[in-house]
Amino acid sequence: MMSLAALGARALRVLQALGHAASFFVDLLRATPAALRRFDLVVAQIHAIGNLSLTIILASGLAVGFVLALQMYYALVTYGATESLGLIVNLSLVRELGPVVAALLFAGRAGTSLTAEIGLMKAGEQIAAMEMMAVDTRSRVLAPRFVGGMVSMPILAILFSTIGILGAWVVAVLLIGVDAGNFWSIMQDRVDVWRDVGNGVVKSFVFGIICTAVALYQGYETSATPEGVAYATTRTVVVSSLSVLGMDFILTALMYSTP
Amino acid sequence: MSKRAIETLVGLFVLIGLLALVFLALKAANLATFTNRDGYRVSARFDNIGGLKVRAPVKSAGVTIGRVVSIGLDGKTYQGVVTMEIQQGYQFPKDSSLKILTSGLLGDQYLGIEPGNEDKNLVAGDVIKQTQSAVVLENLIGQMIFNKAAEAGQPNGSKK
Repeated sequence: MMSLAALGARALRVLQALGHAASFFVDLLRATPAALRRFDLVVAQIHAIGNLSLTIILASGLAVGFVLALQMYYALVTYGATESLGLIVNLSLVRELGPVVAALLFAGRAGTSLTAEIGLMKAGEQIAAMEMMAVDTRSRVLAPRFVGGMVSMPILAILFSTIGILGAWVVAVLLIGVDAGNFWSIMQDRVDVWRDVGNGVVKSFVFGIICTAVALYQGYETSATPEGVAYATTRTVVVSSLSVLGMDFILTALMYSTP
Repeated sequence: MSKRAIETLVGLFVLIGLLALVFLALKAANLATFTNRDGYRVSARFDNIGGLKVRAPVKSAGVTIGRVVSIGLDGKTYQGVVTMEIQQGYQFPKDSSLKILTSGLLGDQYLGIEPGNEDKNLVAGDVIKQTQSAVVLENLIGQMIFNKAAEAGQPNGSKK
């Protein structure tokens, strides 16, 4: 009987946490139009979230492009199909790796800083002080960061894919000597703007919403202690990474189920 | 950093993002090939379309001149109906014939159009009459085995 009660209590707690997160998300969406009216706040956040993540995104994208091109070359050279190298690198980057890896890096670089910032604002009672002055913290603090993340993430993912393709071009065409004309023309022949590039952008937009919302929620709901902030920052990375990977599977199944 | 500097940096960030998107669309995908989208649609019937897919190229002398738009099955004749869009700049005689070809031994299948001799050209909505179905590798192998078996069955019959 006791264990049954414990199970019920656990289930209720999980449901409560889910509902809490969902109502936080709805509040966030509701506060978004207010953030758009004060666009200077959003611009500052795009700078903090987007511009400052550029280095790690570009460096990782270039490295992924290099490595993909090298490994694919070794596999393809056996079949004399090295011209398809560009196509494989392009499709894997634009469809999957670009949005997903960029989102994982985004969660690590920008998500944690959002959580820590808001967590410390809460620990330092700045949030409470603002609310006492009747400032709506959701539209003043949370919403600009949300919009900033939502705008930055697709741009970062696009840049990741682009620099990755350029990296693959450097390795394949300049270093190995794959024919440049075939490298580009097979890509242009087989990669569809809407189906591949467009869906990739849609994915990264969804991931941007997930990562930013998770980071803001963890920061806003943290217990106002140093340990609480540390725990919330860790949770941000874990929860957003897992949600991105899970969501990617669902989106891929929806987008590419028909061949 | 001043507000002005931050705004400039963000503007730059968004701008290179857009440039990257344009690069992906034009250089690394097929947006550039969409530029002359007006074409005319003709259809053809095949006994077997093999592995032909929507968006497969239509080629004449190896040059891509159009794409397959849709594939369906005629419920009465049980033939595959392939509709293709040919670019407006290319005109073909009415009695042109279509073949389903394969690029390389195991590559993708595409349509090859062979121009005929008639004076009138194909117009939108026409049905191309002369078609040659895809070569199905299994049938080919089956036929070969059958021939071998037939030869083996009459050892001194055919050699006379």
